[in-house]
Amino acid sequence: MIAFMIRRIIQALIVIIIISIIGFAIKQSVGDPLRELLGISVSAEEREEFREKLGLNDPWYIQYGRFLGDAARGDLGTSMFYKRPATEVILEKAPATLELVFVSSLIIILLSVPLGIFSAIKPNALFSRFLMGGSIVGVSIPVFLTAIMMVYIFSIKLGWLPSYGRGEVVMVGGWGTGLLTLDGWKHILMPSVALSSIMLPLFIRLIRSEMMEVLEAEYIKYAWAKGLAHKRVWFVHAFKNTLLPVITVGGVQLGVTIAFTILTETVFQWQGLGFMFMEAVERSDAPLLVAYLMFVGIVMVGVNTIVDMIYGLVNPTIRIAGVK
Amino acid sequence: MKKLLEVKDLVIKFALRTGEVTATNGVSFTLKKGERLGLVGESGAGKSVTGFSIINLISKPGYIAAGKVDFLGEDLAKIGDEKMRSIRGNRISMIFQDPMMTLNPVLTIGTQMTETLHQHNPQMGKEEARNIALDKLRKVYIPSPEKRLDQYPHEFSGGMRQRIIIAIALLTDPELIIADEPTTALDVTIQAEIMELLIELCETEDMGLILITHDLAVVGQVTQNIAVMYAGSVVEKGPTAQVIAEPQHPYTQGLIAALPQSSRHGERLNQIPGMMPTLKDIPPGCAFNPRCNQVMDICKTETPGLRPGKNGNLAACHLYPPGQEEQG
Repeated sequence: MIAFMIRRIIQALIVIIIISIIGFAIKQSVGDPLRELLGISVSAEEREEFREKLGLNDPWYIQYGRFLGDAARGDLGTSMFYKRPATEVILEKAPATLELVFVSSLIIILLSVPLGIFSAIKPNALFSRFLMGGSIVGVSIPVFLTAIMMVYIFSIKLGWLPSYGRGEVVMVGGWGTGLLTLDGWKHILMPSVALSSIMLPLFIRLIRSEMMEVLEAEYIKYAWAKGLAHKRVWFVHAFKNTLLPVITVGGVQLGVTIAFTILTETVFQWQGLGFMFMEAVERSDAPLLVAYLMFVGIVMVGVNTIVDMIYGLVNPTIRIAGVK
Repeated sequence: MKKLLEVKDLVIKFALRTGEVTATNGVSFTLKKGERLGLVGESGAGKSVTGFSIINLISKPGYIAAGKVDFLGEDLAKIGDEKMRSIRGNRISMIFQDPMMTLNPVLTIGTQMTETLHQHNPQMGKEEARNIALDKLRKVYIPSPEKRLDQYPHEFSGGMRQRIIIAIALLTDPELIIADEPTTALDVTIQAEIMELLIELCETEDMGLILITHDLAVVGQVTQNIAVMYAGSVVEKGPTAQVIAEPQHPYTQGLIAALPQSSRHGERLNQIPGMMPTLKDIPPGCAFNPRCNQVMDICKTETPGLRPGKNGNLAACHLYPPGQEEQG
């Protein structure tokens, strides 16, 4: 298991280095840092002097090494709009997005597992057919449309839920959380439902199809032949095997969910990374964009590494492969 | 000896989209307590489906259309789901064909053994279940069973897994074991070991055994009686030695002649011409008539019932005078 973990961590590091190269490339090609620093009224000689001073005339690999060294120390440049270190801006905005992703993942897991299992073991039930039809509709409606419809119904017509912002935020350490107040929960409810609206139907369908395939397996027929109760066969024998592919896909999808926050956060004016990213794009704030890319990349790699380790815990054959 | 199981006029059908297909057409046989019976036939003859019908576990869309499965006075074809479940894996155990596919890959051997015990004896404690599992693993000669209980199926070889499956079958001291091609997926050397183990256990535990196989050589070593199936019907029944030495039905004769050891070195292997008909186009009359080397006119119109052949074996063939048609 330890060997397996070490191998996964090395792989994760390689991926992070690749992301950093992409980030570096973007930084090099988007805009001229000198113009940001000096404006346009500085002479060409002075420009050249600054260029030399800042190391911009060095070969790219030296510049990349410097970029990597700075990044390792947490320095990803200074945001042009906020006039503050980009890392600081990211860390300030991250809790809002991570909480949003967390709550919608919770919604996805809590609903897709029971619904997926049900529609697999009772594929002909009316409710299963309804779920399958409904999930197609769910996948097909874009997130921002779902979000706008929800705002229209629950905020404008019914007036039950607030339509924008995070509401009351409590600081716990350096982390501003909205999950400790009722007001915060009211605010997070609609954005997280909107964010889960694409992944939830996909997960129901995924769990259903994987489970149906597992139910056809020889070892399930054998479990019936042993006279085991339905509950035991479905929830222990079949579901544990269903979990393996679902965990793998789930890890990747979690990353995609982070990407989807851009849409959701824009509609709900949610002060998170996605919202910040849209603003940064509009303002051509290159250091902030690169910082966002690096941050999301690292989070995704981290999540996938953790998911792989969970997979190793569920699947006994992986554990052995690690021992070798 | 006391009768353990009587299968009578069993008709199994599959409701397909294109219409109904008959998988077995009036199969009958009986099994006495502690008896070992071989159910022999080519793939598609209906032998596996017959085996599964005994524990009422035919894959959909198959179902038992007629007939009965009398197990110590209870008709298993008609008893409810709940009652059937208390018999499955408890009083009738099954051994599946491919040990590599039969055990659940994500559960330990110990879990897969004790869960059966807990299912059928809800009051049993964990310690007791574990001890019974250990005892059965010893019976099938698994070395250091204490360590093995906590391992996963992929840590065992095919032969070892089939032993474990036999141990699982023994857990509840069943009266009958149905073994569906238990050695087909194994090496020849391991085949013999598994078969010997089965015979030994049946004798010491006084269990009945239905051995489903296409391998006449295996049946010859293991069972006391044979029922040969062809295209969904039993075509010949009798004591094993007699069926193999003097087969009465032309199909059985062909099967035995097709065994490689019955041709001499350098000679072409014998085979039965043609193929077994698919379930959809079984010819009228005797299902074997298009391939039979002794075919008569009557074979093409009338289906023969089982009747005594020359040596007393029952054969479903017009070569022998009908008279006392036999049902059982």
